[in-house]
Amino acid sequence: MTKKTNEKTVKPEKTRRNFLTWIWFGLGTLALIEFGGVVIAYLRPGKRQKKSAELGAIIDAGRVESFALNSATAFVRGKFYLCRLEDGGFLAVSRKCTHLGCTVPWLNKEKKFACPCHGSAFDIRGEVINSPATRALDIYHLFIENRMVKVDTGKQIKRSGFRADQVVYPKKVKA
Amino acid sequence: MSLFQRIRYSIFPGTLGPVKDRLDYRRFFNSLFLHFRPRTIPERTLRFTLTWGLGGMAVVLILLLFGTGILMKFVYQPFPDKAYASILHLQRDVLFGQFVRNIHHWSANILLVVVFLHFLRVFFTGAFHPPRQFNWVIGFCLFLTVLMSNFTGYLLPWDQLSFWAITICTGMLEYIPGVGLWLQRLIRGGSEVGVATLSNFYAIHTAILPALLITFMPFHFWRVRKAGGLVIPRSPEEDSEIPGEAVPGIPNLILREVVTALVLMALILMISAFFNAPLESKANPGLSPNPTKAPWYFVGFQEILLHLHPLMALFLIPVLMIVALVSIPYIQYLSSTEGVWFASVAGRRSARYAAILALVATPCGILLDEYLIDFAAWMPELSPAISDGLIPFIIILAVTFGIYLLLKRSHSANKNESVQIIFVFFLIAFIILTITGIWFRGSGMRLVWPWAV
Repeated sequence: MTKKTNEKTVKPEKTRRNFLTWIWFGLGTLALIEFGGVVIAYLRPGKRQKKSAELGAIIDAGRVESFALNSATAFVRGKFYLCRLEDGGFLAVSRKCTHLGCTVPWLNKEKKFACPCHGSAFDIRGEVINSPATRALDIYHLFIENRMVKVDTGKQIKRSGFRADQVVYPKKVKA
Repeated sequence: MSLFQRIRYSIFPGTLGPVKDRLDYRRFFNSLFLHFRPRTIPERTLRFTLTWGLGGMAVVLILLLFGTGILMKFVYQPFPDKAYASILHLQRDVLFGQFVRNIHHWSANILLVVVFLHFLRVFFTGAFHPPRQFNWVIGFCLFLTVLMSNFTGYLLPWDQLSFWAITICTGMLEYIPGVGLWLQRLIRGGSEVGVATLSNFYAIHTAILPALLITFMPFHFWRVRKAGGLVIPRSPEEDSEIPGEAVPGIPNLILREVVTALVLMALILMISAFFNAPLESKANPGLSPNPTKAPWYFVGFQEILLHLHPLMALFLIPVLMIVALVSIPYIQYLSSTEGVWFASVAGRRSARYAAILALVATPCGILLDEYLIDFAAWMPELSPAISDGLIPFIIILAVTFGIYLLLKRSHSANKNESVQIIFVFFLIAFIILTITGIWFRGSGMRLVWPWAV
């Protein structure tokens, strides 16, 4: 409830002092924001990460012939599975479940990845066959050189689902 | 004066002169104690059942944690390849090392329970009405600080339990819209839990959070003093303005506080002497245990996550919870019910009903969603964020609102009591969710009986 005064109530005028104070507060806030930004930039993981990804990122998984059809071979060092599909094509899928990050084991009998944490399941192509995961397993860039399968663990590719063009096929061997 | 006397009076200038009688403590501790404790307090606030000494217990536990934590800093090594071994070394080769670690572990877990009960006590005795509103906010910040301390400390042993609990908890961050992935990389110090994560958590746990505690705790205590001390307990019919007789703080208050502190410490030391802090096998990034659960205090959220889409469970609901809790003191209540447990006689009744309803509704909800309901399958054309997120969320809100209206009407609750009804309902629901997550989730996070976990 506002009290009614008899005298004229004086509004705070926009004096030079008010203006300068306002400038001080503005600059102070800006400085604080900048300081916060610098602190966060200091804490951010950055160049350190990229360097380690380039050195020794490409792993020689093995010769094309050494992988059976419809199999998944675990590579601990690169944290991926090398999957060979029924039609002979290769996929390098990440071992990290896309739900919350647990490591998914490959169950060879049932031919699927089953996450022990919350029950997510993926097929040999990394596609989701059971929730709570909603995204297919990430894949790594894969190429074949002189019948040697190579996986670039520095290049992790997020994907929404399986697409035929993600599979790498070895060149047909002349009979 | 002898040399000894001159030195003594230079340290304790207040003791110069004869001590008139044994009760003249005031002069003896003039320089120190009067600043810490109030000179006089209303006699009615001495009653143990007003606060149950919970705030003081929290202080004692934090001091124990600081002490044992500092001792462990001399042995622990914050590097993934050395951390686990340093803890084994602490437990096996360092004198009382196991004991120190146990005290730290049990104090940390009991502290969470104590501050939670303290928070409940403050709410139910109405100790958040003016002039205590902002102290509620400070207290809430302290609660979050303690929670983060527990969380960052959880990773440090670098065993299977720590590594995977932190992996999934930081994994949850990616579901926060917009900044989630960035925040996750910042906290983890990279894309995975590794060397940088341990360094970050160690710095946060042993430096930043203690600094925050040391800053906010005195502020919290000072605000209590500024508000005139504790709320005066009274029965619902009594007038609120009668403070009653005032008694000297020394010895009445001090004695009670010291006794409570000593009993608590004795309990902690006994528990620590008989029960060891857990330590599983060393962290193996290639092998996730089954099941992998978050620390017990986050299991409630993990349980919600099993039923609702991550966008709801990990972003919307926590944000709403924090906003709602922090704004409790700022709702405009008609009157202050401070000092009355559960606000009033009607409040006690309606709170009881709210608790019973929550006790029934929550397990029903859990079982329904687990075995019968599957919105995502019934409405496959909708995005899972809506079918598994928004729709169940709206249903829950509707059910809660319905129960709230029912109770409010049947008990003609005023604003204090209405807020209490909602608070009690969600409190019991969250406790049930936590209990379910700890004791009723087994392999593959399936619902099982506790003996099968």
